[in-house]
Amino acid sequence: MISLPATISARSYALLLLVLALLPFIFEWLDQPFYLDLLSRALILCIAAISLNLILGFGGMVSLGHAAYIGIGAYCVGIPSYYDYYNGWLHLTLALSVSAIFALVTGAISLRTRGVYFIMITMAFTQMLYFIFLSLEVYGADDGLVIYSRSEFPAWLSMDSSMSLYYWIFGVLLLALFFTHRLVHARFGRVIVGARFNEQRMQALGFNTYRYRLTCYVISAMICSIAGMLFGNFAGFISPDIMGWTRSGELIFMVIIGGVATLFGPLVGTITFVLLEEFLSAITVYWHLIFGILLVALVLFGKGGIHGWLSRMDHKGEEHG
Amino acid sequence: MDWNLLVTQLMNGLQLGLLLFLLASGLTLIFGIMDFINLSHGSFYMIGAYFCGTVVAKTGSFLVGVMVGLIGVFAVGALVEWLIVRKLYREDHLDHVLVTFGLILIFDTLIHMLWGASGMAIPLPDALNGQLIVGSLVLPTYRLLIIVAGLLVAAILFFLVTKTRLGMLIRAGASNRSMVEALGININRLFLIVFALGAAMAGLAGMLIAPITEAHIGMGNDIIIIAFVVVIVGGIGSVKGAFYAALIIGLIDTMSRSYLDLLFNLVMPSNYAETAAPAVSAMLVYILMAAVLAFRPRGLFPPAGMK
Repeated sequence: MISLPATISARSYALLLLVLALLPFIFEWLDQPFYLDLLSRALILCIAAISLNLILGFGGMVSLGHAAYIGIGAYCVGIPSYYDYYNGWLHLTLALSVSAIFALVTGAISLRTRGVYFIMITMAFTQMLYFIFLSLEVYGADDGLVIYSRSEFPAWLSMDSSMSLYYWIFGVLLLALFFTHRLVHARFGRVIVGARFNEQRMQALGFNTYRYRLTCYVISAMICSIAGMLFGNFAGFISPDIMGWTRSGELIFMVIIGGVATLFGPLVGTITFVLLEEFLSAITVYWHLIFGILLVALVLFGKGGIHGWLSRMDHKGEEHG
Repeated sequence: MDWNLLVTQLMNGLQLGLLLFLLASGLTLIFGIMDFINLSHGSFYMIGAYFCGTVVAKTGSFLVGVMVGLIGVFAVGALVEWLIVRKLYREDHLDHVLVTFGLILIFDTLIHMLWGASGMAIPLPDALNGQLIVGSLVLPTYRLLIIVAGLLVAAILFFLVTKTRLGMLIRAGASNRSMVEALGININRLFLIVFALGAAMAGLAGMLIAPITEAHIGMGNDIIIIAFVVVIVGGIGSVKGAFYAALIIGLIDTMSRSYLDLLFNLVMPSNYAETAAPAVSAMLVYILMAAVLAFRPRGLFPPAGMK
């Protein structure tokens, strides 16, 4: 967990992004709307995983409550829509501000603690949110809330067709990747990573690590809330289930199988997770068993996730070539 | 004021509190002594219920079911510690989260494979299914039994922790693990016993609640979070803290669910109160946790000498 995995060539990832940009056309040509849906869902989760990686991977803050922000983002579409407010900018602004406030308050409390405390507290606050929405009969409680129409944006930004929604998601994904890259390589990111490895040293250098961590936590929550807002639009139906604590666990799983503290790890991990889920659930109802065994095996035997494995392959190739 | 309802709710709160204590006491010791975060503790709660239910269906005796169930869950706990958990004590918490999350998936699916997706009802013997009538109060016998059993286990655990050699080692382990190791205690065996004992207590909680709620897949996954809150509020590693915190949280949760709307009705229109009361009562336990953390970051009763 100490050393960051070596990087895979930027070319492989440029290629991956290019493929993601072109796939919708191929699916349309093949007349396979199902795959477009699958990919849209995968990329929404990618955005959430990228945001989680910011605190979990780079910052070393193991949050077991990140699904809260998917829920907040989704309900910031669902609740205004319930009152017939479909303005997309309103939804986006609400998602960003509500998630920022919730993250600021809960983060300020939970970041005072470390280790098992932090894990349990983030989990508890998300569960609180889950129970609040479960008890709100007005917004469907556990029956969920149907969103009849997507957020309204100007024509050039419309997300009404599944194709345009996909490119919305893809665009946000690119922004999230770019933003994370810039953030991590800026002074801010260096302080965050530095505090993870040696907090006392960063404090001795005069950085208020608590404030940096809290800022990072809030930024991560806001990015994740956009994923939630996209999810609300994509699914058209939301229920408190999307912020159940096992969802947060799955998000961690996605980040880990891809490789923590890498830019593209969450992307690769999430796509793998979604494809695996789709594939395994098609062949057996007991697919969770395979997931569970995979998780245990991953921790006991494999380090660095797919990213670590790929970069080891890459380096082997270099040695021989 | 309906006194009968009040007494029933108080009993429900006490019952929830004691069940939470059974779950949280194991958790808090596992956290405190091994510094291990066990998300799958709720799985033992579920496994206990299924073991007990199966034996009850075969033998017809609830007592035999509980006995066999306890031994079964203890064995499963010991096996999990020996095969997997033992290798992870020195790894970081993220690994604990991942492995125990994986264990939840594994246990949930195994139960699904062995017992099917629908729940399992556990019939109670007639002797336990009745009601006790005291004056004008009607008390369900079984709920009384849960409360008595919970208090009994708590008493045994206190005796174990405060009066026996094993308990002395456990307390020492929670305060200063490396010192216990340095004194030549077989730390592996101590960890195994604590883990399996914690599993058995969680299993007992599952067995006690199953006749009321039925055993079902994922039954441990919701209550385990409140058990975490209990551990945090009580102070990690403290059995005494877990006991008081469990009772406080059990009572607050139950009472607020039934009486908060009355209270809100006094200060706001009833249609608002009807919406706000359930939402606020869902939050109360977590607000309590936040408040405790703000003033006593180590919980109400942190073990002596803990860093």
